[in-house]
Amino acid sequence: MLGLNKKDATLLGVVAVLVIFAPFILNPFPADSAMAQFNAGYPDLMQRFVIFGIFAVGFNLLFGLTGYLSFGHAAFLGVGSYSAVWMFKLLSMNVIPAILLSMVIAGLFALLIGFISLRRTGIYFSILTLAFAEMSFRLAYSVLTPITNGETGLQLTLEDPRILGQTATENGGIPVTNLFGLEMRSTEVLNLGGWTFQFNNGYYMAGALLLVAFYISIRIFRSPFGMMLRAVKSNQQRMNYTGLNTKPYTLAAFVISGMYAGLAGGLMASMDPLAGAERMQWTASGEVVLMTILGGAGTLIGPVLGAGFIKYFENIFSKINEAVLHSWFHALPDGLENAIVWVLEHFVGSGWHLTLGLLFMLVVTFLPGGLVEGGQRLGRLFGRKKDAEEKTATQSTPAE
Amino acid sequence: MGILEVKNVGKRFGGLQALGDVNLSVAENSVHAIIGPNGAGKSTLLNCLVGKLIPDSGSVMFDGQSVLGRTPYEINQMGISRVFQTPEIFGDLTVMENMMIPCFARRDGAFKLNGIKSVESETEIRDRAEAMMEDMNLAEKRHMHAASMSRGDKRRLEIAMCLAQEPRLLLLDEPTAGMARADTNNTIDLLKEIKQKRDITIVIIEHDMHVVFSLAERITVLAQGTPLVEDVPEKIKGHPKVREAYLGETAAA
Repeated sequence: MLGLNKKDATLLGVVAVLVIFAPFILNPFPADSAMAQFNAGYPDLMQRFVIFGIFAVGFNLLFGLTGYLSFGHAAFLGVGSYSAVWMFKLLSMNVIPAILLSMVIAGLFALLIGFISLRRTGIYFSILTLAFAEMSFRLAYSVLTPITNGETGLQLTLEDPRILGQTATENGGIPVTNLFGLEMRSTEVLNLGGWTFQFNNGYYMAGALLLVAFYISIRIFRSPFGMMLRAVKSNQQRMNYTGLNTKPYTLAAFVISGMYAGLAGGLMASMDPLAGAERMQWTASGEVVLMTILGGAGTLIGPVLGAGFIKYFENIFSKINEAVLHSWFHALPDGLENAIVWVLEHFVGSGWHLTLGLLFMLVVTFLPGGLVEGGQRLGRLFGRKKDAEEKTATQSTPAE
Repeated sequence: MGILEVKNVGKRFGGLQALGDVNLSVAENSVHAIIGPNGAGKSTLLNCLVGKLIPDSGSVMFDGQSVLGRTPYEINQMGISRVFQTPEIFGDLTVMENMMIPCFARRDGAFKLNGIKSVESETEIRDRAEAMMEDMNLAEKRHMHAASMSRGDKRRLEIAMCLAQEPRLLLLDEPTAGMARADTNNTIDLLKEIKQKRDITIVIIEHDMHVVFSLAERITVLAQGTPLVEDVPEKIKGHPKVREAYLGETAAA
């Protein structure tokens, strides 16, 4: 199907089902129950799931296949966002030209940075990309203010020309982003019993693009080009002595992954038309590295899982505060309750990065293959009994 | 005129004259061995042939074309393949994938953005890789990760990968280094078989005299960066200069 083998088609199908039914899956608790704070099925968060999913899938095409660890991918995300907002300011509020431009500009930017950074490998490559991204961040903050609007961030105003659209709506507001009239921010709400499900246009458009991005990523993984990229990771020396020029291969991977980041940036701006320099900061670059490694670098589904995992826990953990903790432990004796809350409050709210750090350490130490490896181990655990039986049946010669 | 002509090649590393004034002519479809004690400049010479090093002086011609100033992948595309002292293979990939990569390199050249087709649908490449694996007794290991194979099998795979490109000149850098006697003999038999089956020129750098005398049709003895003598194996064995510079030394060691 679609040029995929059965296993990959199944994987794509699973992701498609998850994306389509996310508003239900992520909303398992009734809206007025105590558990409702663990719900994640609201538009803003779901948009972030899929947008960061695209970002991580693209990052994985570079890091997972070629092993080149870019520490500056947020620069392309930021460039994509700025390009999209400029499109909204100058052309129209339709998201299609904005997204296209953000991919093109991010691709060109990646071509430039990749051309220079890929002269080096390993840690030097990482440092070069990090330096370029920080440079872009600083430039966006200061020198490039006419383009980026500096610290305030680039926003839409009522003076923007929007030559193909309207400068202002009839009642004097700034028009909203749309896909041929379909407003990105509009949400259908379905009340079913105690549950509230929200279906957001922007989320479904980003979700559709995630599926396209994921599909292209599968095709690249299974293509001769993808095999060459894995060969680059494995042994560059042998590549050279097999008559293959590694540089255009790595550069192509870098540009493609930069365009994925640009797409993610363009989508972010399409959901909420503003762009700030902080999107290019090194913490943002680090986040996508975490997502990819946490989910499983070099696997197809890993980056999507990693992005969802981190964004979900970021949201949930940062919502828990001291009061919530007290309400959980109020049954305990006062001294004990206070002690537990005192310890835990450092791991939630704004301190949730501490939890993320711990989770990351645990995963890297015990599951070097990320969540995907965790899943495989669980699968084997349940399949083990059968395997063991087969082994004893076939084992005839004892080991030396 | 040989297929490989090395004329007056010199290479200096700082104060060390690694290669003095090397002249070498390798006849087409012959097996030519280069021997010499440690530090004689054998590997430096080989690196000058494949583009890893650029000599300070002299010329290297392959089939009438100069290889100097070309990158390793360009020289490979001219028809020169190299086998390394420690097998250089794609350890993370399967044997089948290892075999397919040189087939792609032969068909598509140094770079092709082939991202639409799937590897599975490249039947022509798969058939070539399969045929080569059958030929080299690697077919049963096709799904194995290359890194998990034995040293001997890795060597066999590396040679198979080089041959899949149908090179005109195969350079072997101490192909039996660090091998047990049985593996060494297997490698000798393998190389003999390769030579029988196809038109190929082989240049081999080797320490092990047993390997050299079982394979080579002509031998160049290198000492301190200059060729001492060049002759057929029978004459080299008894040559007083060679005994003095090389065989004497190994006998004492």
